[in-house]
Amino acid sequence: MIIVEDIYKSFGKVKALRGVSFDAPDGKITGLLGPNGAGKSTTLRVLYTVLKPDSGSANIDGADVATNGLAAREKIGALPHGAGLYPHLTARENIAYFARLCGLDKSEIDDRVDHIVKLLEIGEFAERRTKGFSQGQRTKVSLARALVHDPQNIILDEPSNGLDVMATRSLRELILKLKDDGRCVLFSSHVMQEVAALCDDICIIAHGRVAIDDSIDGIRQRTGCDDIEDAFVEAIHMVEPE
Amino acid sequence: MGTSFTVFLKEVLDNFRDRRTLGSALLMGPIFGPVLFAFVINLSIERSLESAETTLELPVIGQEHAPNLLSFLHSRNIDAVEGPVDEAAAMEAVKVGTHDVVLVIPEAFGEQLSEMIPARVALISDQANSDADRDARRARNALRAYQQTLAGTRVMARGINPSTLQPLNIDEVDVSTPSGRSAMLLGMMSYFFVFAALMGGMYLAIDTTAGERERGSLEPLLSLPVTRDQLIYGKIAATCLFMTLSLMLSLTAFYVSLKFMPLEQLGMTPNFGPAVVLAALAIFLPFILVGAALMTLVASFTKSYREAQTWLSVVLIAPTMPILIVSILTLRPRTEFMFIPSLSQHLLLVDMVKNEPINGLHVAISVASTLVIGIVLTWACARLYRREGLLG
Repeated sequence: MIIVEDIYKSFGKVKALRGVSFDAPDGKITGLLGPNGAGKSTTLRVLYTVLKPDSGSANIDGADVATNGLAAREKIGALPHGAGLYPHLTARENIAYFARLCGLDKSEIDDRVDHIVKLLEIGEFAERRTKGFSQGQRTKVSLARALVHDPQNIILDEPSNGLDVMATRSLRELILKLKDDGRCVLFSSHVMQEVAALCDDICIIAHGRVAIDDSIDGIRQRTGCDDIEDAFVEAIHMVEPE
Repeated sequence: MGTSFTVFLKEVLDNFRDRRTLGSALLMGPIFGPVLFAFVINLSIERSLESAETTLELPVIGQEHAPNLLSFLHSRNIDAVEGPVDEAAAMEAVKVGTHDVVLVIPEAFGEQLSEMIPARVALISDQANSDADRDARRARNALRAYQQTLAGTRVMARGINPSTLQPLNIDEVDVSTPSGRSAMLLGMMSYFFVFAALMGGMYLAIDTTAGERERGSLEPLLSLPVTRDQLIYGKIAATCLFMTLSLMLSLTAFYVSLKFMPLEQLGMTPNFGPAVVLAALAIFLPFILVGAALMTLVASFTKSYREAQTWLSVVLIAPTMPILIVSILTLRPRTEFMFIPSLSQHLLLVDMVKNEPINGLHVAISVASTLVIGIVLTWACARLYRREGLLG
């Protein structure tokens, strides 16, 4: 369960976040939707604690991201935007490295890595060095790395970027599976259709503010648009630019 | 500690897999230096030995005017050969480099000699040309010796002891030992050791900061339930390991290459046996931490891999500066020098190579102050790693 309360964050003169609040409950998929530069990545970066909010707070299963970052990080698996791998290590070694850093027992690590490699269909290229991997293969390994310690909360920043149809489909299946396991899944995207097809709750943000935080039907109702793309555009216009 | 160790192991594995970088860091730096050094030393030794033994072919104009002088020169291993036609042509020939040295004996030479007027001879050379200068010096010394012989004969003919012409008997006593003389030359070794050590860790220092960021692997790493201090300590430890490997290789390469340098022929016996190699390693170890932390610190300020490389090449030079300054000013080791990393290691190494007693206080100060500086720099790295701007 992720709770975000009134977060502000500026980079110099640029006000990236101007009071962002939303919840991402367990057993549900929450989509963070917005145009480029709306503040999606900044919000997620605050949540996986590489950025500190200027004001406001956020907690992950009760652990405050600003004051208790280590505890918050223990409860999440994060896939940052454009996450890179270690090119001289194999896919399996990349995953196992993160498993070790997450403090998994030596005896557990092999089983967990085997499990995640199977789950994400990495087996074919698991023993190859990641140098020269395709975007889809890289994303799969990055995702496996983020999930290897079996986190309750999963934060994915534009996970479908650069994936082909098949890879997008298996990603979607994975996210639904995580939801069925009772996990809290929070992911960002700028593609309305993708979010609409997957999410239980959608938080549309624009210009660093939340425009609408509702279910897909709720968004349709409140914007008065039946077409999801129109609804998205309408929602964005609800927020005054700074 | 466990986390840092995991990071350490991963960085070591990662770096060992990167063959090309490893090759340039562990082979080029530590081994290329000593080999080049051996080559240059050998070349200069050969040349200095060769010039004393070989016959100097000296172009002489007007050979017929001074047969006695020529046979004297011949006894000194200098053979007269046919030269340019006249003095003007000789000057031109030396200028353009056809000849290095030309001796000119004017027609009046014999007459002047017999009338006891100082007889003019001209030695034409280009003193800016060091190669020619050596030949010119040989010719000049031979002419002086001839002059002395003539003077001796003349005063003897007047019943005066020739030694009256030599009021002073200068006896030069050189107290330098064979190991002492070699220290001047081998003082340069410290550069190679400092350089090799830094080279060995440079790529890792960049990779753990700017490289990790550029690759996009930093953000996932920082989102893990580990502290940033644990990460940076593991990374610095890995950098230290590769620097140590590089230093050990460099020491060994030097030890081996010394065997191929005929230094005894120059009257030098460097004290650089296995015991000194090990002692040098021990003395340089604290410097490894300073180098690793310094490189990581500088690299973490940079925005990209390329920028980091540029800055780190400056860092490669920085620790050699104190050594250079002290070498140029030929300062004797002082206690306060021992507080300066790289310089203190250099001075202690020179003492060892000279086979002089090592000052225990100096060693203690060197080790302690270098370690303290290394720890402070490591702490500064950790501070920098904690800041938000790390992600760039």
